Amino acid sequence: MATVDVGGVLRDISLDLCQDVSVGEYVLIHTGFAIQKVDEEEAKETLDLLRQLAEAI
Amino acid sequence: MKFVDEFRNKEIAEGLIQRIQKTSTRPIQLMEVCGTHTVSIFRYGIKSLLPEQIGLLSGPGCPVCVTPNNDIDLAIALSRQKDVMIVTFGDMMRVPGSTSSLLKEKAGGGDIRIIYSSLEALKIAKENFGKKVVFLAIGFETTSPTIAVAILRAKEEKLHNLFFLNSQKRVPPALIALLQSKQVKIDGFILPGHVSTILGTKPYQFISKEFGRPAVITGFEPLDILQGIWMLIKQIEENRAAIEIQYRRIVHEEGNPTALSKIYEVFEEDEGNWRGLGLIANSGYRFKESYRQMDVRNFDVEVERPREHPECLCGEVLQGIKSPLECRLFKKVCHPENPIGPCMVSIEGTCHTYFKYQ
Repeated sequence: MATVDVGGVLRDISLDLCQDVSVGEYVLIHTGFAIQKVDEEEAKETLDLLRQLAEAI
Repeated sequence: MKFVDEFRNKEIAEGLIQRIQKTSTRPIQLMEVCGTHTVSIFRYGIKSLLPEQIGLLSGPGCPVCVTPNNDIDLAIALSRQKDVMIVTFGDMMRVPGSTSSLLKEKAGGGDIRIIYSSLEALKIAKENFGKKVVFLAIGFETTSPTIAVAILRAKEEKLHNLFFLNSQKRVPPALIALLQSKQVKIDGFILPGHVSTILGTKPYQFISKEFGRPAVITGFEPLDILQGIWMLIKQIEENRAAIEIQYRRIVHEEGNPTALSKIYEVFEEDEGNWRGLGLIANSGYRFKESYRQMDVRNFDVEVERPREHPECLCGEVLQGIKSPLECRLFKKVCHPENPIGPCMVSIEGTCHTYFKYQ
């Protein structure tokens, strides 16, 4: 189990389905379970690509 | 980074809309499979921002909506037994069965409780040894691993009073049914972000390989959806068909192997019964032999013959064949306070979304 901060509210969730997480990382939660880690590098790459797509018009 | 606000940027959205307009040369119809996508599309007015020739159809991706009356009626019949307690997710309470709903049964004295997580079902069962606790378990691949974990724990802890009314569904076989249907033309799929977190890309390959249609696994923020739509249009304009991932910060090619292994430890694939779509091969699960004692379908209980409201179009709406606006009941008789069909109950239901935003 782990404690997560959901918009300022602390909740206990299960890590049965997503074990490789460390304190401070973001996870996707579904019905009380962490189901995937949020990949910050991929998020940045997607945003960079979106900016390029939007600017190059 | 908060992973939310950044994906709601207005300037980038405007640029993406221009890019979509520039790329799109022909009329196409895309289907957003997931009800949460439908909600985002309406909430952010995305339909009105797209060129007219790009149609968006809402699909069957609302677990509450696709649960057939048979299963709701079975839960209702079970709730009438003195030694049974039903636990389920909130939305299921208000879904009308053939002649009643779990909410009405609760008002009439039935022991029916709402849970948020499958793990609460375990806790309730432990606290109520005198009762048979039946979990009306609905959901797609996002939810199924969490239900499998509860089943594995119940077995490990030798919990003998927890049972499951399993009505879970698998998304990919429903897409095959939609692609084979002659009633609806789909040029590409906006695939569900969170179901795909578990599945990855492999189970969708048939969409491009066998049916020659593109599909993009897409996130739920407005920029995610606009990028997903643009990626689909680009594939169609380039005469390509591949399964691509837009939602890369969450979804990986291989999905979540731990979650998948939990599902298949407990279940094997079986025919699934969907509201509207009917019986679809391999679209559901049955318990594996060693977990079958938890299957409530072994109970001896008399269930009424399932009946549908003759005018409710929920089944057609789930397949993208009809819009809620074509339903005679919509807004007149059927509204969130008095839902006639499940598509008006669930916040992911297409009728509910049309009611709220249209």
